[in-house]
Amino acid sequence: MNIDLNLKIGGAAGQGLQTTGMALAKTLKKSGLHVFATQYYLSRVRGGHNTFQIRISDSPVFAMTETVDILLALDAESITQHMSELKDGVVIVDSDVIDVKENADAIFHVPLLKIAKDVSGDKIYSNSVSMGAVIALLCLELPNLESILKAAFKKKGEQIVQNNINAVRAGYNYVKENYPGGCKFEVSDSGEKENMMLVNGNEAVGLGALAAGVQFLAAYPMTPSTGVMTYVAANADKFNVVVEQAEDEIAALNMILGASFAGARSMTTTSGGGFSLMTEALGLASITETPAVIFLGQRPGPATGLPTMTEQGDLQFALNAAQGEFPRCILAPGTPEECFYLTAEAFNIADKYQIPVFVMSDQYLADSLFTCPSFDTSKVLIERHLLSDQELRTKKEEYKRYKFTPLGISPRALPGQEGVLVVADSDEHDEFGHINEDPVNRIKMNDKRMNKLEVLREEMPDAKVYGNLNASISLIGWGSTFGPLAEVVDILNDEGKSVNLVHFTHIHPIPVEATRKLLVKAKKTVCVENNFTGQFSRHLKVDAGINITEQILRYDGKPFSPEFIISALKEKGVI
Amino acid sequence: MVSIEDYGEFETAWCPGCGNFGILKAIKQALVNLGRSPHEVIIASGIGQAGKLPHYLNCNVFNGLHGRSLPPATGAKVANHEMTVLAVTGDGDCYGEGGNHFLHTVRRNPDITIIVHDNQIYGLTKGQASPTSEIGMKTKIQTHGVFNMPLNPLSLAISLDCSFVSRGYAGNISHLSKLIEKAIEHKGLSLVDVLQPCVSFNKLNTFKWYSERVYEMNEPGYELNDRVRAFEKSLEWGDKIPLGVFYVNEKPSFEDHLDVLASGPLYKNAPKTELVNELIDGFL
Repeated sequence: MNIDLNLKIGGAAGQGLQTTGMALAKTLKKSGLHVFATQYYLSRVRGGHNTFQIRISDSPVFAMTETVDILLALDAESITQHMSELKDGVVIVDSDVIDVKENADAIFHVPLLKIAKDVSGDKIYSNSVSMGAVIALLCLELPNLESILKAAFKKKGEQIVQNNINAVRAGYNYVKENYPGGCKFEVSDSGEKENMMLVNGNEAVGLGALAAGVQFLAAYPMTPSTGVMTYVAANADKFNVVVEQAEDEIAALNMILGASFAGARSMTTTSGGGFSLMTEALGLASITETPAVIFLGQRPGPATGLPTMTEQGDLQFALNAAQGEFPRCILAPGTPEECFYLTAEAFNIADKYQIPVFVMSDQYLADSLFTCPSFDTSKVLIERHLLSDQELRTKKEEYKRYKFTPLGISPRALPGQEGVLVVADSDEHDEFGHINEDPVNRIKMNDKRMNKLEVLREEMPDAKVYGNLNASISLIGWGSTFGPLAEVVDILNDEGKSVNLVHFTHIHPIPVEATRKLLVKAKKTVCVENNFTGQFSRHLKVDAGINITEQILRYDGKPFSPEFIISALKEKGVI
Repeated sequence: MVSIEDYGEFETAWCPGCGNFGILKAIKQALVNLGRSPHEVIIASGIGQAGKLPHYLNCNVFNGLHGRSLPPATGAKVANHEMTVLAVTGDGDCYGEGGNHFLHTVRRNPDITIIVHDNQIYGLTKGQASPTSEIGMKTKIQTHGVFNMPLNPLSLAISLDCSFVSRGYAGNISHLSKLIEKAIEHKGLSLVDVLQPCVSFNKLNTFKWYSERVYEMNEPGYELNDRVRAFEKSLEWGDKIPLGVFYVNEKPSFEDHLDVLASGPLYKNAPKTELVNELIDGFL
């Protein structure tokens, strides 16, 4: 990694942080760089102090580091809060507007407002002035930024486009003329790389759902899951999807169960609070053996918690939610590619095993922007596992929706198919689906349902090992923590240590023997999780009988950085 | 030709003399009169004595959770709008536990017929007050008698501009069955609130009590689309209780707003996996 820089834009909500950050991220990607961007925001539409941070590198990056190289300060708070993160960096600030108390060499005054008014006639162009200044500090040229802005403002007319172009040029020239040496960071443009996407976790899940042929999505908006619902809704007409905003999460899951029962591929999206309302219907999905995909974007709880922050605090909840015992499947992607492919896979698992399947993400993964290889739609297979009309016509016996079979999976017909009636019941039922309270039947039905979990367990792939298979220290992670953990492995191995990452995306059920084999080799196993109690460690112990030697836990609402993990490893004497 | 035999005869778990038998008979008759085959019908239900009804006739059944008959009924209708979808529920199920769904399903207006077994009491849990229980009714819980205002389902539905609002009586099967027929034929959400004695637990609103009070509405000049008049009529309750259709507002159903359904049932659409490449291009 020759280039590794962090750009942090700080300001109040409503100051255009996201617009500025997105335009810069796209520009950098166009210049052949890898970017990784995160947002830190408070639960408000205006005011507060928020940041949009972009890590820029010539190698793939999947995590945020803690040192800032360029701080674009749009409010005074940015300087007070983030000045200490700077190491030989630059603060771009408009001292005409912001009262800068700090007196440091790093502070570089750019009269954003004045330039905007002078060259474009309105203060609203000051964000564009700042973009030009950032590109100049990075020693890059302007054409990529200009083409991004042209595309972004095309609909608003030629004049607006020109005003923005004038503003970025003026900001760029100001730096060239006033910053010592004309630029600061030697970043070179290697030309845009082929087939690389700039995408966030929520969009990747939405794309995965569309690729899987989702037909019905019902949900109630809740941060940080709403992005998936919004993405699918924006493309619903093109893809023949019905998206319905339900009155509450109870309705959302019950609605998709009705749709799924009648044959539509269906999903819901929610976060912990909403999922709390869905729990009874989760059991309904399982006892009626109705396929359902639940996207669960976690945020710190309990109750309203920290609505815009991140946590992996709902794993045990998802594993245990609802009364009774029943099979369910939990997948947790760690990268945008996994968001895409695992969401598509979730629909197939749901259809094959006729169970609820979770795709678990969190605010960090949902809102982070990655550069990653383009998704390959030819790898998405759609397997519905439904009885055809032809199969039904030739059947020899009366159709039984819950027929006892060796695997526990019963052939699924749909209501409306001629010659069959489909009966689903939340009560314990017989093979036809009718209420049955007989203890012998109860045992057989329970065994049938629970056996599906064991069949699925056999099908679950092993955890992925990043780094050397026989390392003496194994870091263990699940879901969204892949990026920072993989980077820790790279850093420590470069220092001559023997560390790998055993990363889980298929969380439940765990393939027991394969997982034991993976973890038995390391002298030390360290499970790293964004929660207080070490929920995945507990799951490994309960579901697979595996004991973890150490835990690194973070529960302040923020995601892991490689630095945080390395310092915790040192503190615990692991390295 | 569909016959009443196609819908079958089943042993039930209801008390002898229960009003549910009349409702079951009326539903079967209505479906037969409309020529609907059992495989073309989905009945969604919740929990309560009413929730068991779909098990006692041949049809596709989604017997879900307490209070939650309407969301699955809506989902099923969206997935396959060629099906006839009924939601069979009770006063506790629909107006209590599922009250929020009732409000919003009326707003949404899917082409579903809601049949509410309204016996003004909780039967399955053995005799507690329901949202429609009368003031003063004593139960093992409401030991001083009910003092919470009863909910008036028809007034509520009319106030929400429900597309079809009606009341039937389990003791008048031929009238009820015609009402259900009309409700099913109506495009949009139809409410059939059915007064029904609970022979085991409601000692106040008995067959005799209802029979002395109910009458079939037949007012000259009553316009079914007059919402104010309908609301006024819905307030009539006491010595005289009107039965029949109170209000009809023909308006686009939920499915009418979904352009994708024009070409056929939603569940039959082929996935457009390759089209995702166009979206992916936008991220490059």
